[in-house]
Amino acid sequence: MKAYDLAELAIRNLRESVLRNTLTTVGISVGVASLVAMLSLGIGLQQMATRRLVKSGLFDTIVVTSRRDLRNFNRDEEQNGPAPVESPALDEPSRQKIEQLTNVTEAFPDLRFITSFTYETKPHLTMVAGIPASYRTNDAFEGMQGSFFSSDMSDEAILQKTFAAELLGKTAKPGSDDVPVAELAKPLIGKELTMRYAERMPSGESPAKEGSTSEPSDAPDTTSYSIVSRERKLKIVGVTDLDPDSMRGPVRARVLLPLKLVQSLHVVQPTALRDTTQAGSKVPTYSTVTVRVKDPGKIQQVEDAVRKMGFNTFSMLDATRSLRRFFAILDLFLGIFGSLALAVASIGIVNTLVMAILERRREIGIMKAIGASDADVKKLFFAEAGVMGAFGGALGVALGWMIGRLINIGTNIYLKRQDLAPEQIWFVPWWLVGSAIVFAIVVSLVSGLYPAARAAKLEPVQALRYE
Amino acid sequence: MISTTERKPPGGIQTEDVCRHYVMGENLIRAVDGISVQVRAGEFVALLGTSGSGKSSLLNLIAGLDRPTSGAVVVEGRNLAKLSRADLAEHRLYTVGMVFQSFNLIPNMTVIENVELPLRFAEVDRARRDSLAREALNRVGLSHRLQHRPSELSGGEQQRTALARALINRPRLLLADEPTGNLDSRTGTEIMNLIRECNDDLGMTVVMVTHERALAEQYAQRLIFLADGKLVDDQPNDRSLTGTTSQGGTGREGV
Repeated sequence: MKAYDLAELAIRNLRESVLRNTLTTVGISVGVASLVAMLSLGIGLQQMATRRLVKSGLFDTIVVTSRRDLRNFNRDEEQNGPAPVESPALDEPSRQKIEQLTNVTEAFPDLRFITSFTYETKPHLTMVAGIPASYRTNDAFEGMQGSFFSSDMSDEAILQKTFAAELLGKTAKPGSDDVPVAELAKPLIGKELTMRYAERMPSGESPAKEGSTSEPSDAPDTTSYSIVSRERKLKIVGVTDLDPDSMRGPVRARVLLPLKLVQSLHVVQPTALRDTTQAGSKVPTYSTVTVRVKDPGKIQQVEDAVRKMGFNTFSMLDATRSLRRFFAILDLFLGIFGSLALAVASIGIVNTLVMAILERRREIGIMKAIGASDADVKKLFFAEAGVMGAFGGALGVALGWMIGRLINIGTNIYLKRQDLAPEQIWFVPWWLVGSAIVFAIVVSLVSGLYPAARAAKLEPVQALRYE
Repeated sequence: MISTTERKPPGGIQTEDVCRHYVMGENLIRAVDGISVQVRAGEFVALLGTSGSGKSSLLNLIAGLDRPTSGAVVVEGRNLAKLSRADLAEHRLYTVGMVFQSFNLIPNMTVIENVELPLRFAEVDRARRDSLAREALNRVGLSHRLQHRPSELSGGEQQRTALARALINRPRLLLADEPTGNLDSRTGTEIMNLIRECNDDLGMTVVMVTHERALAEQYAQRLIFLADGKLVDDQPNDRSLTGTTSQGGTGREGV
């Protein structure tokens, strides 16, 4: 029989017992819907995680440290590589060299120090970090009140909420809810904060101010430097809701300043105390340089180039690999759970078709008597299963799409209530639509195998006797 | 009895010691028990006998609806006992047309759809299918009932539909199993006249199963009597002795 005739006959037969076939089709569609909803949720979560990670700078970031530095991320490299003293210093020329590597967007030093701030006459000691202008789009600043720095050199500060709370004397008691960021930001934004810090000056240059202290006299002249106490007035422009203890590289500080401003201050860095040979030099030396790569796929390439220059590197490449593996397993499990409903639905197809054979035994006998071959009868039952699968699949995709959408809407209502930014946790790609329908058809056809074979095997003379 | 060794003309039927036995519980039913018979192409033969005599079983064997337990059923030179299931289906599709007592129309299809169904199996394209079905229905006088369902038709109309369906693939063999059994005598005569036209005008070989001797004598050229699965008599019949167009001429007495 021709395919068109087959489809026509199949649809006609399905219309004959509308209720039963509709229920079977709905069964398939519920199965497909659960599959689509589960997988679209898995895909959505994965995309959200990837989006978040790319935005957070973890995916495209390499942290570079000097091998001279004892605080090394890569112990193996330290043991196998050149001796710490022979390896190059992570200074400004090295940073510039790294920045000129292909596929590197920027390379900026990690400048942080602990210092004292005065707000309304009270002193507060905390960690300060310089952050580059590119962090304006980082999701770390999504929940920020106020604004980002107006320029890379402006005398402005962004505070973490815990420090803001400390300044206002509103330290949250353990177990109690945090004070909302907006409440902390209101009295602080626009206010002035005074930072006291120690400027490092190479020896030979006379201290510009009173109150300077010299390095201990046993240090050789070539490496000696002076430390000058300074003060700088900063304007508070923003308060972020980030936890300063979170894994966020440069923002692991309670006060954030524009990076260029921090560089211009020549604040004493921890490396200066350890690496005395460089300390007296006018060239700034860094403990860590953060390298941002154009494309997360190029991380390995850039990392290799930086290592060749004699530095240690650390990236989240391995972490993202295991993250991808996690999502692959998550998708697999969601898919298996989604498929369970489809498996139940396929039993429904078998049942419907076996019932149809019993009911249509005589009809099968008639068809055979007037010339239908086993293959014709088999194909007809197969086509009926396939048509139910196609309809069920299409209906199921629509249903799954709606379920996913409802979950998304529900989640976003919840997020909004919690004062959090909306998030797309659900995504139905076109390949999922197509493959879900194809899968439904395949499952239906497999379910139709046994009934179709049974119908084809009927002996015409016996089938005709059946009333 | 005609010798089985005689050279068989094309379109003929030949059974050689054919048996069809069924096991029912502990009993062996010998529905057909060693029948050897030959039907020449273009002949109109009636198979007569009481119910259970094996006449329908023999017809089913010739139709390829059933397979013999032993012996051979040769139709147009092909031994049906040796054919594959697919070849047997092809035999039913192209070589024979069948009419049943209970019409055997598919209830959810219209008249024209029922008639063109064998053409679907023969993979004839849509337009040709439609014209052939209309032509066949026209021949049996049902061109005004194309879109009706079997349940909306009288018994006679249903049997005409079945006859149109049997003829649609232009088979050389028409097999009729009690074609007038469910019809009143007037409609029965109409159907029998149509069957006779197939024999006279189209030259088709007709094998008709009936238990009405008068009907057989009126239309068939040869009467074959069966009892208990065995052939008991085979005699020529001069149908010109009885009128073929008389109304109500189908006798109802058994044989």
